[in-house]
Amino acid sequence: MNRLNVRTGPVGLPASAPLSRSASHTVPVTTVSALRNAASKTFDVVLLSLVSLVFVFPFAWMATTALKSLQETLVFPPIWIPERLHWENFSEAWKSGPFPTYLRNSVMVAVSVLLLQLVTIIPAAYAFARFRFPGKRALFGLVLASLMMPPQITFVPVYVLMSRLGLMDTFVPLVVPFAASAFGIFLMRQAFMQVPDETAEAARLDNAGEWTTMWRIFVPMAKPMLATFALFSLIAHWNDYFWPLIMTDSDRLRTLAVGIARLKDIEGGNAWQVIMAGNVMLVLPILAAFFAARRHIVRAFTYTGLK
Amino acid sequence: MVRARLAPYVMIAPAVTMLGVFTVYPAVDLIRLSLTSWNMIDPVKTFVGFEHYLSLAADPDFRRVLVNTFLYTGLCVTAGLTVGLALALWLNRGGALRGFAQAAVFSPHIVSLVSVSLLWLWMMDPQFGLLNALLVSLGLGRFPWLTHPDTALASLALVQVWKNAGYNALVLIAGLQNIPKELHEAAELDRASPWHKFVGVTLPLLSPTAFFLLVVNSIDSFKVFDTIAVMTQGGPVNATNMLVYYVYENAFEYFKIGYASAAGVVLLVLVFVMTFLYFGFISKKIHYR
Repeated sequence: MNRLNVRTGPVGLPASAPLSRSASHTVPVTTVSALRNAASKTFDVVLLSLVSLVFVFPFAWMATTALKSLQETLVFPPIWIPERLHWENFSEAWKSGPFPTYLRNSVMVAVSVLLLQLVTIIPAAYAFARFRFPGKRALFGLVLASLMMPPQITFVPVYVLMSRLGLMDTFVPLVVPFAASAFGIFLMRQAFMQVPDETAEAARLDNAGEWTTMWRIFVPMAKPMLATFALFSLIAHWNDYFWPLIMTDSDRLRTLAVGIARLKDIEGGNAWQVIMAGNVMLVLPILAAFFAARRHIVRAFTYTGLK
Repeated sequence: MVRARLAPYVMIAPAVTMLGVFTVYPAVDLIRLSLTSWNMIDPVKTFVGFEHYLSLAADPDFRRVLVNTFLYTGLCVTAGLTVGLALALWLNRGGALRGFAQAAVFSPHIVSLVSVSLLWLWMMDPQFGLLNALLVSLGLGRFPWLTHPDTALASLALVQVWKNAGYNALVLIAGLQNIPKELHEAAELDRASPWHKFVGVTLPLLSPTAFFLLVVNSIDSFKVFDTIAVMTQGGPVNATNMLVYYVYENAFEYFKIGYASAAGVVLLVLVFVMTFLYFGFISKKIHYR
């Protein structure tokens, strides 16, 4: 059993960086410390290149594979730049299945899930943030409980429920189970709690009803958090493979993630240039969104509730 | 805070109903299904009590699945936190270069796990893959990666560690930035060595964040599915079959709903234990302050 001894890969490399750097503080001689500074700068750049290599290279490898000919993928050692750019891999991937339908389904599922979530989350978060009422703790406990119930636990009973209701061959199982998001309620509740009391008081003195106060005052003030959550939800459902794999049986309902994974079977598992071309289509929108809205996305995906 | 009679209930009702029907009810139903014998088509579910749990305990395949799941989780958590901490300590010190590095390190985390799986399946190709090309060019031999029972599980762990390293790093960076500067300065006045500062100040104050990540990474590893489905289908010879994939196979390939549900309950228990450990830890922390 040497399974534990297997190297976990080049990602372990930067481990020694911080220690060797802070050591320079203890040396008083200026020339030496200047030298050390220069050395540590060089060291930093080298390390940066290494780290980027480990995390960025695979994506570059995906892109260059997508532009190779079949023969060029079957060369050892591999070549980095194909002789001619084979853009036709993309059209071949696109035509190897009903990809326009997959794409439409992915967009439709992600957008409908988000819209439904906004409708359920905003009022719930508002109520949890603003009101005192009997049973609040218990209800919030239920939200907490569902936060720790991943789809990987619930999928068999939900499948059984959906097929008993005769909804299996529809979009319902893809969308409705995500109509509320416990995570979304957490995020929005936190944003609403940060709205200053005076603002809310002013609205109350104006005799505005609760719904008006929520939509006209609280929601606009929580817009950044709404954007954060929207990005999180859209990305999560665009990326999702597990749930649509289980809940769909026909190409009519399959999403892009499921379709791309099926390229491997359609193409016999050897046409890596076509599979990677399909993969680029799945990854590109996400990476583009990441570079356009990095701050929001990082905040959404690293929210921990810890302070 | 406002007192109101009806408004809060009306506002909460849609969300709570949905969460109840699609997360809480299924969890209860999972337990109920695990006590029955059913093939999904038969109109009758036969009550069998704890029979499935007994056969799970006696099934060598399931024991293998459990061992795999724990081994995989151990690998992912240890490697994930170590790499995450190393990256965090190095990336914490600002600068334009590091901004770029932070983005680079984080990008795998937001990309679909299907894409990542396909990409690594191709990189781990024993014949034409990039990783073996790299090893050969360094004068090392070819590595079997996913094709050998002894290396396949660790290869899957490597994929998850790569995907989540940036997440772990950024969460740890947030934790590092919450450590008051005065504490480091006080330690410096006491002429503490960098190593002592790290062990005496940084690590203890980072422990709530680290514990949070320990729980999140464990749960993430317990529920691994996509990489298995795309890269190995549980093989070779069951070496990478783990809980969720096992439940999936039994439910949707062998139509043993009751048996699959019993295995699902094991996952439910694991997730619960981790969550309660976490909340126990957090409440103790607050207590000490």
